[in-house]
Amino acid sequence: MRPEQILVPTPSGLCSKAGGFHIDPTRPVDKALITHGHSDHARAGHGHVLATQETLDIMRLRYGEKFAGSTQAIGYGETLKLGDVTVSYHPAGHVLGSAQIAVERKGLRIVASGDYKDVADPTCAPFELVPCDVFITEATFGLPVFRHHDAEGEIRKLLHSVAVFPERAHLVGAYSLGKAQRVMALLRAAGYDKTIYLHGAMEKITAYYQERGIDLGPVELVKGAKKAELAGTITICPPTAMSDLWSRRFPDPVLAFASGWMRVRARARQRGVTLPLVISDHADWDGLTKTISATGCSEVWVTHGEEEALVHWAHMQGLKAKPLAIVGYGDEEEHEAEIPLPPRSGGEGGEKQE
Amino acid sequence: MNRFAELLDRLAYEPGRNNKIKLIAAYFRETEDPDRGYALAAMTGALSFRNAKAGMIRALIAERTDPALFALSYDYVGDLSETVALMWTPSPLPPRSGGEGSGVGGVGDSKEPPTPNPSPPLTSFVWGGGAQADLFDIPKPERLLRNDPSPTLAEVVETLSTLGKAQLPAQIARWLDVLDETGRWALLKLVTGSLRIGVSARLAKTAAAALGAKDPDEIEVLWPGLEPPYTELFAWLEGRGDKPVSRDPAPFRPAMLAHAIEDGDLDALDPADFMAEWKWDGIRVQAVAGRDEHGAMVSRLYSRTGEDISKSFPDLLPSLRRPGAIDGELLILREGRVQSFNVLQQRLNRKTVTPKLIQEFPAHLRAYDLLADETGDLREIGFAERRARLERFVAALDDPRIDLSPLVAFATWDELIAARANPGDGGAGDDAEAVEGVMLKRRTAPYVPGRPKGQWWKWKRDPMVVDAVLMYAQRGHGKRSSFYSDYTFGVWNGDDELVPVGKAYFGFTDEELTEIDRFIRRNTVAKFGPVREVTHDADTGLVLEVAFEGLQQSTRHKSGIAMRFPRINRLRWDKPPREADRLETLEKMLNSVIPRRG
Repeated sequence: MRPEQILVPTPSGLCSKAGGFHIDPTRPVDKALITHGHSDHARAGHGHVLATQETLDIMRLRYGEKFAGSTQAIGYGETLKLGDVTVSYHPAGHVLGSAQIAVERKGLRIVASGDYKDVADPTCAPFELVPCDVFITEATFGLPVFRHHDAEGEIRKLLHSVAVFPERAHLVGAYSLGKAQRVMALLRAAGYDKTIYLHGAMEKITAYYQERGIDLGPVELVKGAKKAELAGTITICPPTAMSDLWSRRFPDPVLAFASGWMRVRARARQRGVTLPLVISDHADWDGLTKTISATGCSEVWVTHGEEEALVHWAHMQGLKAKPLAIVGYGDEEEHEAEIPLPPRSGGEGGEKQE
Repeated sequence: MNRFAELLDRLAYEPGRNNKIKLIAAYFRETEDPDRGYALAAMTGALSFRNAKAGMIRALIAERTDPALFALSYDYVGDLSETVALMWTPSPLPPRSGGEGSGVGGVGDSKEPPTPNPSPPLTSFVWGGGAQADLFDIPKPERLLRNDPSPTLAEVVETLSTLGKAQLPAQIARWLDVLDETGRWALLKLVTGSLRIGVSARLAKTAAAALGAKDPDEIEVLWPGLEPPYTELFAWLEGRGDKPVSRDPAPFRPAMLAHAIEDGDLDALDPADFMAEWKWDGIRVQAVAGRDEHGAMVSRLYSRTGEDISKSFPDLLPSLRRPGAIDGELLILREGRVQSFNVLQQRLNRKTVTPKLIQEFPAHLRAYDLLADETGDLREIGFAERRARLERFVAALDDPRIDLSPLVAFATWDELIAARANPGDGGAGDDAEAVEGVMLKRRTAPYVPGRPKGQWWKWKRDPMVVDAVLMYAQRGHGKRSSFYSDYTFGVWNGDDELVPVGKAYFGFTDEELTEIDRFIRRNTVAKFGPVREVTHDADTGLVLEVAFEGLQQSTRHKSGIAMRFPRINRLRWDKPPREADRLETLEKMLNSVIPRRG
């Protein structure tokens, strides 16, 4: 049994002929298994979608009711027989509802991990290590220069800045699904109990996190607030909003950005960020390499990011490794910029393509 | 070292000039001698460590990392110091203290008071660094209170200047082991001599001047006679000492620079207030001579930025035998004719100056201005009067290697426009091809360091332009490290193939860069390491209007042509690649007598 008899990488995503499905396909397919709700992995317009309840809910929030022909929810640890293969979902620790998908046939197991991180996050279930023969990993931060700080230290940095500049507003750029809520939860964990203001793009997803029992404390839309009231406050917004006219409603804003990219100075400077916060929902270099080793796999497939370095590292460890030429992952931020406010109701082509 | 590292780090993120000045001034105020003096030296480029070159840093990191992983990381980060600072794993300590498994550590701390209480940071803090903020009152990070094994800036600088080459790598490795990421980054920036934190020497001096509410030009004038760690200077700035006196018999005087003339500028000016001269295509220099305390003549040649380049031009020095300071252009003259910049470059590129080189490329000084003569400093008098003195000075010197740059006669702007368009008929005669444009100088202008408003203008000749097709792209460095910003472009040859004719990496706006970057990422047909080949056939591809200052024959390029100073003038999204220019067009430009278009 070769792994390719279970899953084959194609330009539009991983395809299982034996199981009759694709994982995180980048174009509409009959049957899609989705790892998590970020728009580069979860697209609208598939015939049938299998995902965790949270991921299905998030897709519905983003794309509207008719984002897929039909849907089926699957819980962490649940197993399902699809064609000749067995699939199971396991927490990926990336965002709420995110999952790794294990696909097994005749004793050979492949784990498609989607996006993941191996550090704890108060807003989602922790990453579960699933031993496997082939581990399919992302490599967003797949270079040894990416070693993320502990997120608490970065939050302290933010709070210190708020204390030092009480006359200014702090804008924290954060992806609207996952990062935004994690930053809020970390602020609460650090003892910050004031109202956290939100950009409109964060509203629905944040409300959903709260519905799922994640305590984010008092949260308010920034829309109605007067400029003077915003001095000394924290507002979470999509990264793209920081350079918009929108940001002019704030008194002399300090521009913070919560992202693993902030590890590299040029990245922070390009965006005009003056308070870089290295907080990432992806595994850093050490996280990637430790996780790969811990799965006990003999082969690594790398979906997206800095695949070259990770493949090289895997070869040095005596593992088989190859990059998968899948186009379209890793553009969450770019997609985010394109998500209109409020999220368009019909979904992008959801109905048309069905 | 930590405080200096924090300063550099904040400066690196701080876009506002005034905020940078405030940050640096605050650092000078809070930091004692000699650390602050060495910091000033570092920011003004006055420190250099012969032994700490980039190659050594590479060797150090090579001992601790896999070469392929380093190469990929460096390509990504785009900055050697930053790459090493981030990748460095202290030995024999464990590689990192944060990260895995520590993500929810904060939950248990939730009962702590809401006031942030920065514990000793795992990595250096970057407090707000926010625009317009008054950052003076930030409490000092608590790490200053802990037992800190990291070196002071003075320790680093003094060690570097005395340590033998053999001990240096181990010493730098020891420092890297005890510093955090920001400290490592700053140390490496320092020892390799390339801070690149968006602070010019002028800005750093302005910040120093702010300490004593002095005019930064006062520091500029004193500067050549000062040496790190500038304790005398700081004493004067803080009102604790006398103004330092320069004892250098042949000091550099900071150069006066011109603004580029823009459309419509001339309309607002009266031609009677100005004098014009040719802008020669050589290198701007300052030739200074003076007697030392023993009465011996000291002569030196400085670059525009004050670098002493005397050693490269020993053939010119004996001609500097009258006390004075000439601002002029260094050129190569053969049989009385000014040679092109290409010829000068052949001399500039040599490491050793051989008699043969001197004979083949004889150095010549063409004088524009006189900043001092035997009577003393002339910079405060007007240009017309300095020019008159320059004419007398050069005549009295009577040296074949030094001549006067002639004035361009004009009574109206139209006459000047005509002279600029055709320097040969405008008075430059046979040397017309070495004319880069005209300089316009206000008759009453004193000689002021920097680029004062309304005094001098440069008006370059129109560049040549061609439409070329983007063929390859490479990621930039520094601020542009994630953007494809280095472009190789080509034109069509006789076989209807594109041949590369040059490379350009500036001339476009940030918006255009984003557009080109997107185009490249979406139209890559092949990757060769860091280089992407971009689609380029008759119908699909991106046409770039490329401007350049000249062409020369080249055996190194497949096309046989090399461009001087090429830059992207315009993006021609509207133009299909088939309509781009052809190699024969460039060849004609190469051969024509007056190749300029405009």
